Parts: sequence; structure tokens; C-alpha cells
Amino acid sequence: MVRADPKRVLTGAHYLDGDHACTEGALAAGCNFIAGYPITPSTEVVERYAQRIPSVGGTFIQMEDEIASITAVLGATWGGAKAMTVTSGPGFSLMMENIGLGVMLETPCVVVNVQRGGPSTGLPTMVGQADIMQARWGSHGDYEIIAVAPQSPQEAFELTFEAFNLAERYRTPVMVMLDECVGHMTEKVVIPAADTLELVPRRLTEKPIGEYLPYQPREDLIPEMAHAGMGHRYHITGLTHDERGYPVMAADVQDKLVRRLCDKIRNATDDIVMLEEDGLDGAEVVVISFGITSRVAKAAVAGARKQGLPVGGLRFRTIWPFPERRIRELAGRVKAFVVPEINYGQLALEVERCAAGRAATVMLPHMGGDVHDPAVIQQAIEEAVR
Amino acid sequence: MSPVKTEERHPMEHMLRADRLPHIWCPTCGIGTAVKCFTEAVERTGIDLDHIAIVSGIGCTGRVAGYVKLDSYHTTHGRAIPFATGLKLANPDLKVVVFSGDGDLAAIGGNHLVHAARRNMDITVICVNNFIYGMTGGQVAPTTPGTANTSTTPWGAYEPPFNLPLLLESCGACYVARWTALHVRRLTKSMTEALGRRGFSFVEIITPCSTLYARRNRLGTGHDLMKYYHDNSEIQHGADTRTVGIDYQGKIICGKFVDRERPTWQDLTDAQHYRTLGDKYYRAEFAKAQEEAKSHAQA
Repeated sequence: MVRADPKRVLTGAHYLDGDHACTEGALAAGCNFIAGYPITPSTEVVERYAQRIPSVGGTFIQMEDEIASITAVLGATWGGAKAMTVTSGPGFSLMMENIGLGVMLETPCVVVNVQRGGPSTGLPTMVGQADIMQARWGSHGDYEIIAVAPQSPQEAFELTFEAFNLAERYRTPVMVMLDECVGHMTEKVVIPAADTLELVPRRLTEKPIGEYLPYQPREDLIPEMAHAGMGHRYHITGLTHDERGYPVMAADVQDKLVRRLCDKIRNATDDIVMLEEDGLDGAEVVVISFGITSRVAKAAVAGARKQGLPVGGLRFRTIWPFPERRIRELAGRVKAFVVPEINYGQLALEVERCAAGRAATVMLPHMGGDVHDPAVIQQAIEEAVR
Repeated sequence: MSPVKTEERHPMEHMLRADRLPHIWCPTCGIGTAVKCFTEAVERTGIDLDHIAIVSGIGCTGRVAGYVKLDSYHTTHGRAIPFATGLKLANPDLKVVVFSGDGDLAAIGGNHLVHAARRNMDITVICVNNFIYGMTGGQVAPTTPGTANTSTTPWGAYEPPFNLPLLLESCGACYVARWTALHVRRLTKSMTEALGRRGFSFVEIITPCSTLYARRNRLGTGHDLMKYYHDNSEIQHGADTRTVGIDYQGKIICGKFVDRERPTWQDLTDAQHYRTLGDKYYRAEFAKAQEEAKSHAQA
């Protein structure tokens, strides 16, 4: 078992905003490389990192753009670093092609997106939650992704830390889908002692030189990794490849590779998914939410309960992979899902798909710039119960 | 008389992925020559083959990473340099080489090229320049000279091309040289020097693309292009890079144009953090040793 390095963990109670808490989560997880490019409202994450890293140990480089940032993160990871990049909507768009390269090369790394209103330049300083589907599908081709969604500075610490563990366990880029509100809100953050923070070590190969195949999967479909300089002199490519890492332009190799890339995450969905359930027993209406919206939803659920309405809350701490099984189970016994989110129904349509007509799905979109009025959510609950 | 059984091996086979041959390059393409010169240069430098990594982008030259038996990374179009930057910074003991084409490095990757040179990132960039996009079927490149015919300039090219040595010198590269695929001996020497330099080094290789560039422009075979290099190349070491632009079927000025020392990105990072943070800087010992070596050299 590997524990966090006490030198990197700012143990104690602090007053931090979500962006700074994210930095601390990354440091605690052993992140020793960040490449980034300034963009509101995410810049505070790298500013704090640039401040802290020369004495903690590691590298920060401000690259020429977000494309360079994500690609440097991939290179650094293959060079042996635990690496992360940080951005917001427009930068996230620029990163998409090389997030796909990260998926294809099976590169463990973390991408933070502090979401603001879009599309395009949108609302640089104001909240949005509309990059949820982009996180899932933004790069071309078929793949699966892992994304977490913190609702507080405390969770910005915890889930950024966890994102590194998920990245190492499943050898894939992991998204931390913060939003402007959580990123810029300042709250108490308790950072635990280093010896209570457990790290998932990189799955480096121990195979002798000459026997290592970069994409030979183990039983869980995940291959072992080798860094540059370990002596294996391997080749990896963004082209469709076989277990040796060599490009092969053939349908059967494509089939095997894409299935494995997807299935290594699909098969582990139940292990990855993190949900917070609030009074689902006996609930007829379930409010599904994530990020800052979950805190507004909480007030609405409490208000509805005061009125005696049978309502429960389901908060997504992970958004991807989608908790299909849980939604299907609930759809069999509840009347409706109410889905408030700061976008035009991205998560709601996913919930509706899984509910498959067995429970109603009430879309409660808000286009961004501020958060929902809890009264609107409460009213939707009342209508859904009726 | 029974036939004599001979088995000829490529002299650089130990540095090549023989199990991937035959390669995809056309007959008379210059990339193979560039790879042969590179492997010889690596051997001459005596670099431990376990401690050198090669990164390519996309395109004909982008395939080089797949044929060289080193830790080798075939990345996305234009992004070999930032990938190499990450690799180098994560493991400063590695010698990191980017091997890619003119379109990959100077068009889609142009922003990374100029910034890596400005930062003096400690990597070697080998740029195979065949004046055209080969892999996609012969489109105009930012290096296409004069009025050359390409599939996207069917009436002749008209945009002014990059003069790559001038660009790289002005951005801050420590080492800049240009040769053609005909100059195998001098090219190998330049690659050896570039690999030995600390900081950003750049070697441009003018290579024939007989399948697309020469055919579209009725310049003959690969052999005819080599003849053109032979008759029109002029070696001018230390030439003013403002004068080394290439016109259509014009003179090709070759040589070593830039060879200078500048602190690398890592040197500057270390120096600044040591100066401001002292022993709190995590590489303080390293920075201190660097500083002492510098003052020693000055004394």
C-alpha cells in the first residue's frame, strides 16, 4: 500500500476556494507535472501550483496553448510523471483531439475543467455545467471516459485526489468537472494526514527486457505501462495498434482494441461510480443533480419534505461512466426523476434513456450565468408528485 | 557451381524495428536516408540507446518513430514538440528527439516549434522538408517554393514559404543546420552535433518526394532530384539565414548556420527558483552545482 508523501500534503483545516483545493488535491496525489494555459475561471489552480511546486518538488510550465498543455501532460506521463492540466470550456474544446490520444495510448492523467457558460467564449466569469456531454464524447471515435463532479471546495480536494487514483487504476485520462461556482467559492477544507491518503501506484511492468508488450492486457483488460528510459524500447501510436503497439490497419484489430478500451471501463462501472443518496427509501420523486446544482437541489428537497412530499436526492459525484444500473432500479419504483442542471438537459436525457419510460423524467434546465432558484426545483418536485 | 548464399544485413539493424519492414515510404523517398543518417549519428554520439526517445507527429516522416528501435512515440498531427517537452521535463536524463515533416512541424505545429525554440527546450528537432504534404496526396505546404504545382494549388503555388533556418534562428534555437538527402556524410555530422548540443537544436533535410512533388511538377525521377541537389546546393557555413530561403528549383544553401549556447528552460527555471527560494527550492543542490560550474568556467 502506498501512502501520500507528507511533504506534499497540507494537512489541517484551511479556508480555500475550490480551485485552490483542487491544486492541493493534486499535490497530495503526487502530481509533479502541470502544463497549463491561463483561462478564467480555472487559472487559480495553476497559479497556486506554480507558487507551491518549486519547494514541494515538480514542474509547472505555462505552454503556448491548451493543445500543447494536454500533449505535454501526455508526454510527461510517459516520462514518468503524475501529470494534470487545467482549463475551462474553450480550452477544453482545444484539448479534445489529444484527450483522444490519451485514451488511445492509455495514458493515466487528469484534466480539470472549471466549467463556465458557453458555447464559444460565452460567460467567462460565470457558471455553467454544459460541458458534461463534451467530457463524454468530445474527442472523435468510440471510447469511455471517467469524470467526477465536486460540489464543494472540500470535494474539489477529495475528488481531484481520487481522479489521480482512478487514472492510474484504469489507465485513462480522468476529468474533474468543476464549475465556476465551486471553483470560486471559499469554504472550510479539511486536508487529512498523509498517512490516511492511499495512492494507487502506476502499473509499471516488471517484465524482462524483450518480453514487454505495451498493449497486452491483463485479466481486467488493462495493460501494464513502461516509462521512457526503462530499457524496453517500445513503440506506441495513436493509430489502431496491436499488443506490440504496432499500427495495424485492419478491422479485426480495430474491433479488439476499441472493445477493450471501452470495456475496461464499462465492466468496472459499479466500482467507479460514486453516488450520494439522500432518503431514497419510500421516495416517489428523486432529484438528480451534480456540482453546484446539487447544493441548490438540497435546499429544494428539504423544502419539499417540510411539505410532507415523498422526495429523495441522488447526487452524482461521478458523472461518467453513467450509473445506468442504479437509475434503472430506481425507475422501476419511483414516479419521476427531476433533473436540474445548468445546461439544456444533457444529464436529463441520459436519465430519460435509462428510465426507459418506466418513470417520468422532468428536465429542469438553466442556461448558466447563475444557479437555479430552489423554489423552481421545489415546484417541479410538487408537480412531479401530483 | 552452386549459388553462394549471402545474407546481407542492414548495418543499423540493431536500431531499427526489422519486424516492421518493409516500410511504407515510396522508392526514392528521402526519409529512409534521413533515418539511416540519424541512426549513425546516434551511434557516433555514444548515447545509451535506453536513454534516448523519439517522438513523431503525423505524415510520411511521422512514421519514423515506428521504425526506430528506441522508446518511440507516434503522436497527433503537429504535437510532437509539446509531447517531447513533457517527456524531457519529466525525465531530464533522456535525450529527446522530434523527427517529423515540414507540414507537421511548421504548419499545424508551427506554434509549438517557435515556442520550443524561444524557451530553448533541450530537444533535437529533425525536420524532413519535401516541400509538400505527401501522406495526404500532395497538397501545398508552408514550405512549398515559388509556383510549384500541388493538388491544392493546381494553378501553381503563390503564398511565400517559410525560410525555416531564419525562423528558428530568430526564435532562439542553439543549433540550426540544413542539408539535402544527398549530403549523407555532412548530414550525419550535423545530426551528431545537434544531438550533442544542450538546448534546442534543429536540422532541416531537403528530401525528394518523387511520387508527388516531382511528378506533379515534371521534375523527373528521384535520381533527377538528387541531380538537382548536386548541381544547385551550395555549402555556406555560417550564412546569414536571411539569405537562405529556397526558390522554386533554385539554389539550396546548405550548412551549419547557427551554433551558440543559451541557457535551457530547465537552466533558467533552476536559476530563478534558486535565486528567489534558496535552499527551499527542491533542485537547490543541482542549481547550486550549476552556478558553481558557471563561475568556475568564468574564472
